Amino acid sequence: MLLRPNPSSGVPIYLQLMEQVKHSIETGALRPGEQLPGIRPLAEELVINPNTVAKAYRELEHEGVIELRHGAGAFVSANARAKKTTDKLRAGQALVTAAVDRLRARGVTDEEIRRLFEAALALTKTGVHGE
Amino acid sequence: MSDRFVIETSDLRKQYDGVEALRGLTMQVPAGSIYGFLGRNGAGKTTTIKVLLGMAHPTSGSARVFGTPADLPAASVDIRRRVGFVSDEKDLFDYMTVDEMIRFTAAFFPRWRADLEQRYRRTFELPADRKVKALSRGTRTKLALLLALCRGAELLILDEPTSGLDPAMTEEVLQALVAHVASEEMTVFFSSHQISEVDQIADQVAIVDRGRAVVTGALDDLRERYRRIQFVFERDAPEATFRAAGAGRVRRKGRVLTVLASHGADDIVEEARALNPVSVDIAPVTLKEIFLETVVGED
Repeated sequence: MLLRPNPSSGVPIYLQLMEQVKHSIETGALRPGEQLPGIRPLAEELVINPNTVAKAYRELEHEGVIELRHGAGAFVSANARAKKTTDKLRAGQALVTAAVDRLRARGVTDEEIRRLFEAALALTKTGVHGE
Repeated sequence: MSDRFVIETSDLRKQYDGVEALRGLTMQVPAGSIYGFLGRNGAGKTTTIKVLLGMAHPTSGSARVFGTPADLPAASVDIRRRVGFVSDEKDLFDYMTVDEMIRFTAAFFPRWRADLEQRYRRTFELPADRKVKALSRGTRTKLALLLALCRGAELLILDEPTSGLDPAMTEEVLQALVAHVASEEMTVFFSSHQISEVDQIADQVAIVDRGRAVVTGALDDLRERYRRIQFVFERDAPEATFRAAGAGRVRRKGRVLTVLASHGADDIVEEARALNPVSVDIAPVTLKEIFLETVVGED
């Protein structure tokens, strides 16, 4: 279900994994309470470092997306906090999707869109500093 | 010394007949990591490995493996007992068969892992009765790897493990390494000039250039910190130097100014606001770009 991350994209591999898990939850491919693959089998399957998988799982747990049960493995979280986050993100995703669609319609490439978002985030942040 | 680092070098120097192979190499290899030791040919990778194994003595500085100085003769024996090593030449006896080579090696190691031997004989599809000299380069590598993996070592040192292998064979070797680390809790230190394989399986990296480690750290951390920032101006880009600590190489070309940031891209963008750029573009930087910027560019 989880796909091989692209190591040469410049995006940290643990972040790519985290995104995939979150996306799978959003699309319903992973349901609350469902078990995720273990760290070792997943590392072997994707041919990536087991420490990287462990880091992704730790961060997902920190965000309340999954639960790590000692000795039993990783499970998709069923609690409200995760759902609230999901709802908030889903609303945000609708906004972003609309913006992306409009940019694409104007002929802006995906790569350019990604850079625009990152630059906008950096600029507004420094804007706060500057004023 | 600490248990956290399996290998620690500090200001390591090595001269051969007046040639400086290592010029102050400092790195720390955390236990349990897959550490990619990345550099061009002749950067000092093999010399470093020789020092770590006690096969060469440092001119100055220190190299510790499992906390003990690698150049102490007494320590060297202990280190070699706890380390599995695969050299670039894949030292094997050509006149033996695969089976003989395995049994010969196993006899030297009391902690030989017969269970792993069976597993890797199968997954590597090694022909038991074939003479070593008749093996293809890939099969030879896999045999050398089996011999290193099965001896119950805590640290595996590999010198260019995939050199000369085709992509499918390379993938098999990488897969074996990842699987092994996942199930055996060991540390792998491998040298390579292949950026893609370091990118794929390493969690820690050192980029070594002319005998020095010019970039070290957790790979995902580097991916998170490094950014290429591009400013476009109304007219020709101004001559600019940045005070921000993370600002690296600055390039001007026509109306475009490009800055490589090792960290703190936001600070650089803020600094550049005074120059009134008409647009700002921030992109992630790949390991390959970091490598090329730090290695080739440093003249």
